[in-house]
Amino acid sequence: MDTHLTDDVVGPLPGDYKSDVKPIWCPGCGDYSVLAGITRAMATMGLERHDTVVVSGIGCSSRIPAYTSVYGYHTVHGRSLAVASGVKLARPELNVLIFGGDGDGFSIGGNHFLHACRRNVDMTYIVMDNQVYGMTKGQASPTTEADWCESKLTPEGPGVNPIQPVALALACGANFVARGFSNNPNEVARLIVEGVRHPGFSVIHILSPCVTFRPEQRNWKSTVHPYGREPTDDPNEAMRAVLEDDGFGLGIFLAGNRRPFQPESAATRSIAQIEEGFAV
Amino acid sequence: MTVDSVTIALVGSGGAGAMTAGQMLLDAAANVGWYGLMSRSTGPQIRGGEAAALVRLSPTPVHGPGDRFDIIIAFDWQNVERFAAELPLSEKSVIITDPSQGEVPAVLAASGAKQVELPIKELAGRIPGGRVNMVGLGAVAAIVGLPRAGIDAVIQKALGKKGDAAIQASNAGIDAGSKEAAGWNLGLELAAPNKEGATRWNISGNEAAGLGALKGGVKFCAAYPITPATEILEWLAPNLAKTGGKLVQAEDELASIAMCLGASFSGVPSITATAGPGLSLMTECIGLGVASETPVVIVDVQRGGPSTGIPTKSEQSDLNIAVYGLHGDAPHLVVGPTSIGDCLFTTQWAVHLAEALQTPAIVLSDQAMGQSRAIVDKPADAPHKANRLLATDLGGEAKYKRYADTESGVSPAAIPGMPGGEHTADGLEHAENALPSSQASDHQKQLDKRLRKLTSHDYGDAWADVEGEGEIAVVTWGSATGPSREAVRRLEAAGTKARLVAIRLISPVQPAKLAAALDGVSKVLVVEQTHGAQFHKFLRGHYDLPGAVSVFSRPGPLPIRAREVHETLLSLI
Repeated sequence: MDTHLTDDVVGPLPGDYKSDVKPIWCPGCGDYSVLAGITRAMATMGLERHDTVVVSGIGCSSRIPAYTSVYGYHTVHGRSLAVASGVKLARPELNVLIFGGDGDGFSIGGNHFLHACRRNVDMTYIVMDNQVYGMTKGQASPTTEADWCESKLTPEGPGVNPIQPVALALACGANFVARGFSNNPNEVARLIVEGVRHPGFSVIHILSPCVTFRPEQRNWKSTVHPYGREPTDDPNEAMRAVLEDDGFGLGIFLAGNRRPFQPESAATRSIAQIEEGFAV
Repeated sequence: MTVDSVTIALVGSGGAGAMTAGQMLLDAAANVGWYGLMSRSTGPQIRGGEAAALVRLSPTPVHGPGDRFDIIIAFDWQNVERFAAELPLSEKSVIITDPSQGEVPAVLAASGAKQVELPIKELAGRIPGGRVNMVGLGAVAAIVGLPRAGIDAVIQKALGKKGDAAIQASNAGIDAGSKEAAGWNLGLELAAPNKEGATRWNISGNEAAGLGALKGGVKFCAAYPITPATEILEWLAPNLAKTGGKLVQAEDELASIAMCLGASFSGVPSITATAGPGLSLMTECIGLGVASETPVVIVDVQRGGPSTGIPTKSEQSDLNIAVYGLHGDAPHLVVGPTSIGDCLFTTQWAVHLAEALQTPAIVLSDQAMGQSRAIVDKPADAPHKANRLLATDLGGEAKYKRYADTESGVSPAAIPGMPGGEHTADGLEHAENALPSSQASDHQKQLDKRLRKLTSHDYGDAWADVEGEGEIAVVTWGSATGPSREAVRRLEAAGTKARLVAIRLISPVQPAKLAAALDGVSKVLVVEQTHGAQFHKFLRGHYDLPGAVSVFSRPGPLPIRAREVHETLLSLI
């Protein structure tokens, strides 16, 4: 699926969307495969590089913009969705994708996630979840299990229940919600393509192991499973299915029908006319 | 006998219509050719509670509040003690009171002001649909000699849609109040307006800032409400849309500034407005704007602080966080309007500078300018527009360098949609090619460049308002400028020459320009509205001030009055 060869037209290749910068990630990091999925998705859609903007916050996965060859904005911790909303609202013709991790998206950026879901700007959020803060060397994240005791910061475990990102996205009104696993970049690419093409705010939750601080996540290969149902456009039905799932089901949970938020504006008055309103 | 300025307080609890009457008085005065200023005094309550419309009228432009109130008219005395300190009176003042509302509170009566009784409630009660505020308006109009034609136009405009009955009731109320006051002869008739001259505007500082944004070329605003900045956002919401721009209500201040950065990264000039607590939340993203060289304008309408402080009253105490609040070495622009009308020029200039220098600009307005309304001469058109230096010749052999180290420090920008300009803007330190770098040489080079583009720019004469001559100078900024200007003019009228330097470009500093402006000065008085003399310390840190330096600095919420500055100047001579 990653090449488009016809008789006389050669479409873009995934490599066309990669920069020549070497990622800072650890060997075995799941994010390498997500990056491969992202560039495959871009090639599949044949996105114009100059009309595509990728935005990220802070963290391992948020480094991705530098590894792509489209326009990018590597911002600050937690604010990527707000920055991306500004890009898309100001320039609706651009393709906007956001990359980040579980801490960036659901802890420091939690409020923006909530409102991005309900605002429903037509953009796609790819959140790479490894249930740990990798860049600061292994602390609990909002998706870490309550009894995970490997962090020096919470030696007895965080003691609070993890967030379930897919359920949260559905509860907040996201219009397209899916889950993938980094080991399968083709499937990751397919979910991203579906998400980008679906109007409104799309959340693609991707399980992406941190083998450095959570080596046990190598076992996710045998834990994940197909979610097993066709996508629905009914958020209630999607939520019921998600709550029955064990958090490792892969697929598209919701492809909803909400209208994207995009205020129209058309110049109807000159500034001189507006100024006249102040005249005594 | 006529006076050159009259200052009036219309006082009443919520619902009495004090604000409406004050607004109509200002509008009517504007209609007949006078100038004026109206500020509001309210507590933090949402509805009801104490309220006063504070109006100063004059045949010439009004720069600040009067030294004292010539007239106080009270529809009731509820909670007036809470802001009695904001209502300075003298034995020359007149208190108009309704006997049915009880005695004049001791805190006001102690001033020795003359008391005049007007049965406001009774007069209003005789008129079907009559209201006390219209009776009061009529009385004040008669005292100051406001021609009826000016009021008629206001009534027609304000009540035209409500029908003849409402207009008749208002007119009857005004007539009743006017008739009672006609024979009082209080000696407060205002000198005739000089109708010659420029077109005049009726505008608030917050509206002027919004208009400045439009005139500068802003097309995107992300908004989160906060007193006293909200009116900028509310004014921009319809007017941006009418001019082809967009305003979006964000979930918080962090999102507001972040959305603006995103819009600006995509090439669309952007603005947001906030007050101190919101500015604090925005500072990390303002630093991102500095490092990623993304233009953005933030209007901070200062209020009493710290934390939530006194949200409805004015102060100039956000100077420190505006200049120094960003972490790391983060050179950026800070400008301060010097009057209500100047909120237009300074905000428009800020948009131009932010775009030209590809960096954030903070506009330090304050509650006293932002929420006050004035009759001003129509501000002159300024040429300042958003005009970002865009990259050309993209797509050649040489790879585009977003952060190229140019002589001016400004790097040609590529924005999405431009083939060949693809890059990642970054808050992480980076090399010229925009790739993250933690090398010392790249950090040094990029910091040098970001500072150089600010310090090498020619800001022209707009860096300050410089007026007058002589060996004594007042150095001030923001809304302390109005009373300082009036004080300097009083000194001059009495034969002592003095200078006024109101600094508009707070940062980057302009030491050579200030030195020239103060050449030959032996005494400097710094005037500001803070408790900790932030502006004085800022000046001391960055400038060599000549001669003996004194400071007039006190916190809000009481506005600085010309009398205070004048008395301080007299003590220095």
